[in-house]
Amino acid sequence: MTSLLRKRVSPMNKFWIVFSHTYMSKIKSKSFIITTAIFLLFIVLMANIQSVIDLFESEGEVDQVAVITESEEVYQQLESRLTANDSDFEIEHFEASIEEAKEAVTDEQYVAALEISETADGLPSAVYHSKDYSNQSMEMRLQNELQQIKVEMATNQSEIDPAIITGIYEPMTFESELIAPSDGETSTVKSEDELSSARGLVYVILFLLYFTVISYGNMIAMDIANEKTSRVMEILISSSSPVSQMFAKITGIGLVGLTQIVAFLGVGYLVITQKQDELVGGFFEFFGLSDISTSTFIYAIIFFLLGYFLYATLAAMLGSLVSRTEDVQQLMMPVTLLIVAAFMITMFGLSMPDSTIVVVSSYIPFFSPLAMFLRVGLLEIPFWEIGLSILILIATIALFAVVGARVYRGGVLMYGTSTSLKDFKKALQLSKKE
Amino acid sequence: MTLKLENVTKKFGSFTAVDHLSLEIPDNQIFGFLGANGAGKTTSFRMILNLLDQTSGTITWNGEEIDYSKSDLIGYLPEERGLYPKLKVRDQLIYLGKLRGMAKQEVVEELTKWLDRLKVPQYMDKKVEELSKGNQQKIQFISAVIHKPKLLILDEPFSGLDPVNVELLKEAVVELKDSGTSIVFSSHRMEHVEELCQHLCMMQHGKPILHGDIREIKRSFGKKNLSIQADFELGFVESIPGVVKVKHFSDGALCQIENEDVSQKILEQLLGKGFVRKFELDEPSLNDIFIEKAGESYE
Repeated sequence: MTSLLRKRVSPMNKFWIVFSHTYMSKIKSKSFIITTAIFLLFIVLMANIQSVIDLFESEGEVDQVAVITESEEVYQQLESRLTANDSDFEIEHFEASIEEAKEAVTDEQYVAALEISETADGLPSAVYHSKDYSNQSMEMRLQNELQQIKVEMATNQSEIDPAIITGIYEPMTFESELIAPSDGETSTVKSEDELSSARGLVYVILFLLYFTVISYGNMIAMDIANEKTSRVMEILISSSSPVSQMFAKITGIGLVGLTQIVAFLGVGYLVITQKQDELVGGFFEFFGLSDISTSTFIYAIIFFLLGYFLYATLAAMLGSLVSRTEDVQQLMMPVTLLIVAAFMITMFGLSMPDSTIVVVSSYIPFFSPLAMFLRVGLLEIPFWEIGLSILILIATIALFAVVGARVYRGGVLMYGTSTSLKDFKKALQLSKKE
Repeated sequence: MTLKLENVTKKFGSFTAVDHLSLEIPDNQIFGFLGANGAGKTTSFRMILNLLDQTSGTITWNGEEIDYSKSDLIGYLPEERGLYPKLKVRDQLIYLGKLRGMAKQEVVEELTKWLDRLKVPQYMDKKVEELSKGNQQKIQFISAVIHKPKLLILDEPFSGLDPVNVELLKEAVVELKDSGTSIVFSSHRMEHVEELCQHLCMMQHGKPILHGDIREIKRSFGKKNLSIQADFELGFVESIPGVVKVKHFSDGALCQIENEDVSQKILEQLLGKGFVRKFELDEPSLNDIFIEKAGESYE
């Protein structure tokens, strides 16, 4: 019996073996390195977008617009207004017929030709000639400036005091004030600043969760389907329990996701701190995160993790059902739709966090990680509501884990071409005694 | 260290894959599982390995149920071969070896030994997908035995290998047995079972139809094989009472006879008819026994 005394590896140890194998093989894989690199490059590019645009712009000359007008006064005013407002194009007084101006536009000497004439009242009116509608901002700009010139001229003509005009155009005073609780309690309603920064955080978390579930849910399902396709699965489940393997995979790939997110945020942080001169305020202010309470941060982490585990368990279960990797996408479709629906509900809820649909969704497991976090971030809601939502989530994850583990155990031994609900039942049957 | 199956039944819905299988697999032996595809061999193995739960009955090893706490002592070569196609042989075996409770260093040492033993040391750093099917199978075999299991289950270990490699693996299997591993293996090649096993179990449609010591089985079968080579027509042999079956060849015939006494009657009839080159009484082959027991043609 001495042979039985050979050192045994505890089940927990095997969990870590599968966990680290999953993590390392994913981190070292070419596809992971390439996608991460592309994303990082994208972040750096986006942060430097202005310099990139300037790089291309500076090579060419400044765009010029030919202006044909008989009124020297209008031309002077337009030119001085454009220079004063730092416009990115120039105008030039074109001393010829409009036909010649149009030709010059066709020859690309000018981007557009502006023909300013005078109405019977002595006010300017204009026709904008261009080859296409591609430079709408230039057109808008010209229209706006001319509009103001016209208003000025019209007021001068009617001899109205310019002070009256200024008075008319001045915005009215409109302030919002919260009513303090009458019994002297401190107000728990979030301030305007807090709300807008919370909105920023909610937006970031929503997007992260959406992105994580879609890409890493797929990765989990693919990984399991791959092990099934290559039939290495049967050896794996004969050496360690499928349930521990399933969770080792979910957490391993979860860590891969975290690694990627940390890399993105890290590079984002570096890029933004470097460009601090251009941006007012620091990194957290940039994302509007500086005013957020600690509890919101903690809830963000809780709901993010719970949301990930919920969808990951579902993905692992589905991955164990397919026998060919080609079928993974098909089975993952409903999962993707669920998270898209959750995303839509919360996007809508960003402006109306207390609408019924958001409130109801915040108790429905697939939507609650997003919907409840939205409410927690934007509103002041009683703790029992948050607790209830978290409990429902945990219970659902536990249920999925139990069912998922059984489906996994049966599913990994099941090979067939069809992918339907019948497989689900078959897998459950395989894993139990009849 | 006896592996014991008692009244083990496995049903998939209304289909019975294994029907009241009772077996005792003695320690330190090679035990053969015979049966056609779908006879229930793989299902039995999966139940022994606890990958499937039996519908009823008990499976014990050394008096205890098999669960994942014992997986480091068990080796398994599944019928459906599979390894990670993109992983190198070394990394692959390190992962699988670790899952069987080995340390990395230990795996590399054992792997080097085994690759040499199977004459493929050059594959250490090759990806599995670059290897031929036969060589992949060798790697798979190594993954089943690298942790020196006490119980080794081999599901069709020799299928798809050329004769040279079959011999190589057979030697390895016998060596493992001699070093104290109990081996259960399945095959539909009767000659492999005949050559390697002391005990066997024949299965058909989930039921064990024969079970026990291989010599015992042959002896109790009764019927014998008689092979004759002669320079004259042997057609008349079929009409001799006690002759069950005759298979004719260009230079002779192979007869199955009820018992050895019948051979003497045939000999009497042969005498004087012409030149007899060969007259040999033989034990029945497992194939004969199987065909008889199963009552249907086989392979």
